[in-house]
Amino acid sequence: MPVITYREALRQAIDEEMERDDRVFLMGEEVAEYEGAYKVSQGLLGKYGPQRVIDTPITEESFTGVGIGAAMLGLRPVVEWMTVNFGLQAMDQIINNAAKLRYMSGGQITLPLVVRGPNGPAEWLAAQHSQALQALFAHVPGLKVVAPATPADAKGLLKSAIRDDNPVIFLEGELMYAWRGEVPQGEWLVPLGKADVKRAGGDVTIITFGRPLRAAHEAAEQLVRQGVEAEIIDLRTLRPLDEATLYASVARTNRCVVVDEAWPLASVGSHVAWLVARNCFDDLDAPVELVSGDDIPMPYNHALELAAQPSAQKVVEAVKKVMYL
Amino acid sequence: MTAAATIAQQRPAFLAGLLRQMLRIRRFEEKAAQLYGLRKIGGFCHLYIGQEAVAAGAIAAIDLSKDYVFTAYRDHGHALACGAEAGAVMAELFGKATGCCKGKGGSMHLFDVAHHFFGGNGIVGAHVPLAAGAALAIKYRRLNGVVLCFFGDGAIHQGTFHETLNLAKIWNLPILFICENNQYGMGTFYKRVSAVEDLSLLGASYDIPGRQINGMDVLEVYREVASAAAHARGNGLPMLLEARTYRYRGHSMSDPARYRTKEELETYRQQDPILMLRTVMEREGVLDQRTMNQLDEQCKQEVERAVEFAEKSPQPALEQRFEDVYA
Repeated sequence: MPVITYREALRQAIDEEMERDDRVFLMGEEVAEYEGAYKVSQGLLGKYGPQRVIDTPITEESFTGVGIGAAMLGLRPVVEWMTVNFGLQAMDQIINNAAKLRYMSGGQITLPLVVRGPNGPAEWLAAQHSQALQALFAHVPGLKVVAPATPADAKGLLKSAIRDDNPVIFLEGELMYAWRGEVPQGEWLVPLGKADVKRAGGDVTIITFGRPLRAAHEAAEQLVRQGVEAEIIDLRTLRPLDEATLYASVARTNRCVVVDEAWPLASVGSHVAWLVARNCFDDLDAPVELVSGDDIPMPYNHALELAAQPSAQKVVEAVKKVMYL
Repeated sequence: MTAAATIAQQRPAFLAGLLRQMLRIRRFEEKAAQLYGLRKIGGFCHLYIGQEAVAAGAIAAIDLSKDYVFTAYRDHGHALACGAEAGAVMAELFGKATGCCKGKGGSMHLFDVAHHFFGGNGIVGAHVPLAAGAALAIKYRRLNGVVLCFFGDGAIHQGTFHETLNLAKIWNLPILFICENNQYGMGTFYKRVSAVEDLSLLGASYDIPGRQINGMDVLEVYREVASAAAHARGNGLPMLLEARTYRYRGHSMSDPARYRTKEELETYRQQDPILMLRTVMEREGVLDQRTMNQLDEQCKQEVERAVEFAEKSPQPALEQRFEDVYA
């Protein structure tokens, strides 16, 4: 199987879906002539032309709204936000329009829309460009929210998202675009709403998604030396949540650590930790632990920003805590 | 028959159609106000009385088999003018299962997708980019349609309006921006919050032509929208029309409108859109008192039937609240 980057996997997904369905088009800042701020859309303008790969001015609120309006008439737009931080300008469009139009119209409107871009901490970018905002989207009924952590999932989930008839917020990671991994060529679909067991183990369940998956894997390797086999579950889709996979794992391991790089209050991680605590109460041998980002805006200084994020060490410590080691 | 003769022959029916449309909106809104007082209708309810010429004239000037309409929350008139059943709209105001949105949208969120009426949008100015998206879809598919995007003098200062005009121009979208300047953004006189008094000038920054039109004159609205739509259709030449109009009631049902004088209201009542068209028709000899009464009676009966339908319709089942969240 070919080894490609996360970036190339996303590009393959968009390219293949644009080829198979002429209603699919890409729109956003720098997606066409500049070939993408993070080069996800490299080569697509040349292949599909300016009608289907559309550069926009720096007006997130209106071009996101244009994507929603185009979807209302049956097109299948892929709207790229240069980063989710800038997408905050368009939150009214996402929350009040994309998530509500089907419901308010009593099911008359269908919105096959994908809004995607990098989310989560980057490096040396400080508070406004380095934040994990998934909870803001996952909170909202009417949206689906996806956060792939591997190149294979990035491709398979993006293709599924583009084919989905609902608005999907697709969260990538600036520091993940160069990650490499095996990715199937051609038709490769990963269903939305399905978590994935990324590492099997019987002693503790580590639930995570997105970039902290790497920290979870590193932690699992360290824990092996201490005789602990961790099971790692990658949520992949944050809404709808695949609760069954989580509970099945915790029923076997009896211990659970949730890792989410967002702030801890009202985060996806804190919600998942609550779900597990409530629904696996009889199975649990220890309280569920949550490893989150620190409850502060991201500092610029590199040592400080690294200290503020989940790390393998923090995950190991949390696992030791739930195992009473 | 010559073209001119054909037009002349069709004119009485055309005028009667516009008169009927405005009358049925007026009677519908009067009834809605009454029912709101009886608590049959809840929440925010923004009446269109006084502004009927804008929706009636503009929507008569387009072809809803290929064109689309978006508006804000003062939307009953636009829904009716697009062809929504009065009964389905009234039932929606009642929150009934037979409402055009199954009782999930209410007064501010009417939709009738089959008639190309896309709301019914409750956040001031937020639907303007949606309308441009519809125009983009028309252009993308090389269809020959045009989008009418209605909004108020309050929305025109939102960023969405300005951002969207820019997009409409750089992408040559077939869209008409129709500002219904009823002069008050809720309780605020528009001149207090606008850098320019002539709102049609606001297209100039984006090289989009703007025109002020008399929104109390349904024939002028029809003429101007027909002409602008012809330019927009196919050519992708967006335009901004400022329809000068007036609402007789407060912003919503809870607003007694103490920020304006009785004299001001009376001045506009003298230019009432229904009265103006009636005068034209009487002058042309195509309307007499008896026909007028008949027409009015028909509209009242249509509204009565709508109320009866809404009254008799069932409430949605409680489980239905979970439906229509996802496709």
